[in-house]
Amino acid sequence: MRMLINVAETVVADALRGMAVAHPELTVDVENRVVVRRDAPVAGKVGLVSGGGSGHEPLHGGFVGPGMLSAACPGEVFTSPVPDQMVRAAAAVDSGAGVLFIVKNYTGDVLNFDMAAELAEDEGIRIAKVLVNDDVAVTDSLYTAGRRGTGATLFVEKIAGAAAEEGQPLERVEALARQVNENSRSFGVALSACSTPAKGSPTFDLPAGELELGVGIHGEPGRERRAMMTSREIADFSVNAVLDDMSPRNPVLLLVNGMGATPLLELYGFNAEVQRVLTERGVAVARTLVGNYVTSLDMAGASVTLCQVDEELLRLYDAPVRTPGLRWGA
Amino acid sequence: MLDADFFRRWMTATAASVAHEAERLTALDSPIGDADHGSNLHRGFTAVAAVLEKEAPDTPGAVLILAGRQLISTVGGASGPLYGTLLRRTGKALGDAAEVSEEQLTDALRAGVDAVMTLGGAAPGDKTMIDSLVPAVDALAESFTAARAAADEGALATTPLQARKGRASYLGERSIGHQDPGATSAALLIAALATAAEAPEATDV
Repeated sequence: MRMLINVAETVVADALRGMAVAHPELTVDVENRVVVRRDAPVAGKVGLVSGGGSGHEPLHGGFVGPGMLSAACPGEVFTSPVPDQMVRAAAAVDSGAGVLFIVKNYTGDVLNFDMAAELAEDEGIRIAKVLVNDDVAVTDSLYTAGRRGTGATLFVEKIAGAAAEEGQPLERVEALARQVNENSRSFGVALSACSTPAKGSPTFDLPAGELELGVGIHGEPGRERRAMMTSREIADFSVNAVLDDMSPRNPVLLLVNGMGATPLLELYGFNAEVQRVLTERGVAVARTLVGNYVTSLDMAGASVTLCQVDEELLRLYDAPVRTPGLRWGA
Repeated sequence: MLDADFFRRWMTATAASVAHEAERLTALDSPIGDADHGSNLHRGFTAVAAVLEKEAPDTPGAVLILAGRQLISTVGGASGPLYGTLLRRTGKALGDAAEVSEEQLTDALRAGVDAVMTLGGAAPGDKTMIDSLVPAVDALAESFTAARAAADEGALATTPLQARKGRASYLGERSIGHQDPGATSAALLIAALATAAEAPEATDV
């Protein structure tokens, strides 16, 4: 497997060094692995901190900036950051209005953010937490770690970010973030496994002519393997999997997300099929976002996320945002 | 009686063993996880060995608390908090005695394993590190050698289980047939305890 890297051990630090020079509007602390918007802390504004393993770019560092995250903590590839990073990020963005931790539901992320919340509160920082768990491919029961957090993370960070930017209080920003998560569902498919720098080869074996249905974003296999399907068939399967789990009454936000190695040509074609199924199922789409936003290194494939919105959530989604990975209206 | 030097040797032996087995741990993590268990633990225990070289706490409890804190600060993922908590809580249970008995170590390690179960919400049979740690603590009352054998057996016994915690749980039935990487690395930790007891000089590599 050929990768454009030096050595696996420095992949994250090297990327952060490059990010720092590309985005002078961010403060990138390469040594401590914290990405902060340069004007933080903003007086009176709730801080939004997220983070998780690296390899999902632009999530999360690419979503730092006005209208979205205040800071992000990138961990090692596919490994959650450590509490020290999160405490440092919280301290950097807290203006006294408190900090919301946005945590994807993976055991490592949950445990490290829990420990960080305790430590930050010891330092006098008010912390609230929201767990993102939108992936319908995982059975949500006592006998699993619960649903994974995937594409809905973008909607949670965007909408809560807009609310925080308006100066809304911590309790309100937290409630909105929770509402967005509860209104969101996702389903992903993989057409190839991804390769982590540490392993240097695909994380699972996917023969040509087959695909994995119901994958997450860490290169783990999904809930079943089938013979390769057309874009039309994959759209039917994915959207139905999502709609089997939610019945949107209002219009929805739609994210057609690439896993990292699927070209936009294919993603737009897939989006056409996704919109066709949604129309057939009577679901109105208010906004569509197509691109690689919550990725899994070089995995080929796509995921579909729907988020049911009301007027308030749609207004906050449309609010200006200025980050490396998402930018409009500003 | 076991002194601070014994516990330092335990940690050094674990670091050596994890370095030696990192690739195997990552290979085990590949079909059911995300192929980084070996590299993550290697990073953490290398940091533990380095900090113990620099600072030499003079009680068994302080050695384990320092090691645990170092793991939490360097590993990330689920392994960082879980292994960090295991060592910190074991260390806390040992108190500030300069030397502890094997019985005291057994009781303290049981407290550490209980803390891991509480934190991770896993019970025996969930296909996690608990499946090698619980039998190891039970066997530790007999001897270090018995604990090592029990931990190895516990790790092997995870193969036919369906994972109910951690990333492997997302695979449901597809997790069956793979040995759990966490139970395997926990067995390395217990084996290193036996190594520290049996061949004190050989562990300083």
